[in-house]
Amino acid sequence: MNPSVVIVDDHELFRAGVRSELAEHVEVVGDATGVDTAVPAILAAEPDVVLLDVHMPGGGGVEVIRQVAKVRPEQRFLALSVSDAPDDVIAVIRAGARGYVTKSISSAELADAVRRVADGDAVFSPRLAGFVLDAFAGSLPATQVDPELDQLTAREREVLQHIARGYMYKEIALRLGISAKTVEAHVSAVLRKLQLSNRHELSRWAVQRRLVD
Amino acid sequence: MATAAPSAERTPPKRRRWRGSRRIAVGVALLVLAFLLALRQLGLLFPDAIVWPTMLAAAGVALIWRQWGGRSRPAAPPTTVPPADVAGQEQRAAVRNLYRGGFGVALIVGAGLLFLYANGALSGLGDVALTALVAIAALGLILAPFWWRLANTLAAERAERIRSQERAEVAAHLHDSVLQTLALVQQRASDPKTVATLARRQERELRDWLRGRPPTAERESFAAALDAVAEAVEEAHGVRIDVVAVGDHALDERAEALVAATREALTNAAKFAGEAGPVSVYAEASPQRVQVFVRDRGPGFRLDGVPADRRGVRESIVGRMARHGGSATVHTAPGQGTEVELVLEDGRGE
Repeated sequence: MNPSVVIVDDHELFRAGVRSELAEHVEVVGDATGVDTAVPAILAAEPDVVLLDVHMPGGGGVEVIRQVAKVRPEQRFLALSVSDAPDDVIAVIRAGARGYVTKSISSAELADAVRRVADGDAVFSPRLAGFVLDAFAGSLPATQVDPELDQLTAREREVLQHIARGYMYKEIALRLGISAKTVEAHVSAVLRKLQLSNRHELSRWAVQRRLVD
Repeated sequence: MATAAPSAERTPPKRRRWRGSRRIAVGVALLVLAFLLALRQLGLLFPDAIVWPTMLAAAGVALIWRQWGGRSRPAAPPTTVPPADVAGQEQRAAVRNLYRGGFGVALIVGAGLLFLYANGALSGLGDVALTALVAIAALGLILAPFWWRLANTLAAERAERIRSQERAEVAAHLHDSVLQTLALVQQRASDPKTVATLARRQERELRDWLRGRPPTAERESFAAALDAVAEAVEEAHGVRIDVVAVGDHALDERAEALVAATREALTNAAKFAGEAGPVSVYAEASPQRVQVFVRDRGPGFRLDGVPADRRGVRESIVGRMARHGGSATVHTAPGQGTEVELVLEDGRGE
């Protein structure tokens, strides 16, 4: 069965494009153009996945996630944006989105990402994987580290590097000799760390880090 | 942009002038002191009660004169400055002059008081001094809100000016870049490939600009040089190249060789696998180690099936990396795409 989707985006053209391109793969049960219309639309339709634009008038995707989560904490979000500024990406993930893809994604990939999020998995684009590796780079003093949350395991790092190199989950599983389910488990673990870790890089690494040392 | 540059250049001389007047005041004071001490050495006895107040007064006089001299100068070359800017400058200069003049006056008054006090003339004037002090304090309290408001107005004006300059700069930039590209896109609407290339180029350029990366960065930063190379290959072959870079490294000779090898690998990928989808570049850089992966989704090939005269991979990639103490590995198999892995570790070959 195709997952049900609500599209939240303030660009009319984009909403129409997603509707027509994903028609075969998902069932679009609603759409909205801004924060105030999105929250009631999502709560009324109770979709499997909300495709959520990060930048919108009235607080953006982060605000939508925050308000919906109060009433319907199990709602799954896939963030979608033209921006690739690391602070935007990290903010929406930390608010609770289960994945982040850029709008340049192909419709096949987008359909796949929606299905994945509907199944409860995390979706990392190569660029998001790069941001995460960057944010978790460098070692912290041992006293400040919560190894459960503040550091990636060698395996998680390896999986993220493969995502950044452009491999699909299936290909990664093949290359690392593990099952696709295990790859997904690693990515979900990274998502959890990304949402819960207190590493200060995650909140304010963004701008400085993109500059030359 | 033309408006931003002159005002930025003009600030330092102003500050220099202020620092200059301080120096001149101190210099004049020291000269007077030296003169008086020399006279005393010659036998003309001046008591301390004259020497020190005179010195203070000299410094104050120097400050005040300096300020009047400074005011008669032309403020700045006015041609390129918008009117609001000139007004703000003058207003701020006026405040600064007031401060400077006030300091000079304070020095002279202080000198006078010191002189009177040293000569015992103030002993009966304690009450008067107290009265004066209270009067001055009251005046200060009355004037404080005025000063406060003046300072706030100046700050607000300055912020507004900066905002309008930035708006002008953004408008100029968008005009030169995005609007031009949109015009081109409309002209070439019938040629999807060109339109896609134009859009990609504009997107890269705009993202760089939004990120605030200076245009010179690609001569200093490995990550920026990598972006530039990807952009060049993308443009030459009309293939989409996605670059993800983690960390950065100085663009020394070896890193440059790595960038050149990456360019070669990208060109190969674009030529032989460009139809099959975007090419992915992943770079991970730390001061000790730089690693680049170039991956395409093409048909792949058998390594041992490559003819010996194909110099692209052998010479430009493997050979170049080896010469700079690095290594290059090609992972491929028919039907699985191709990935070129380039590694450079520091401490080798240096």
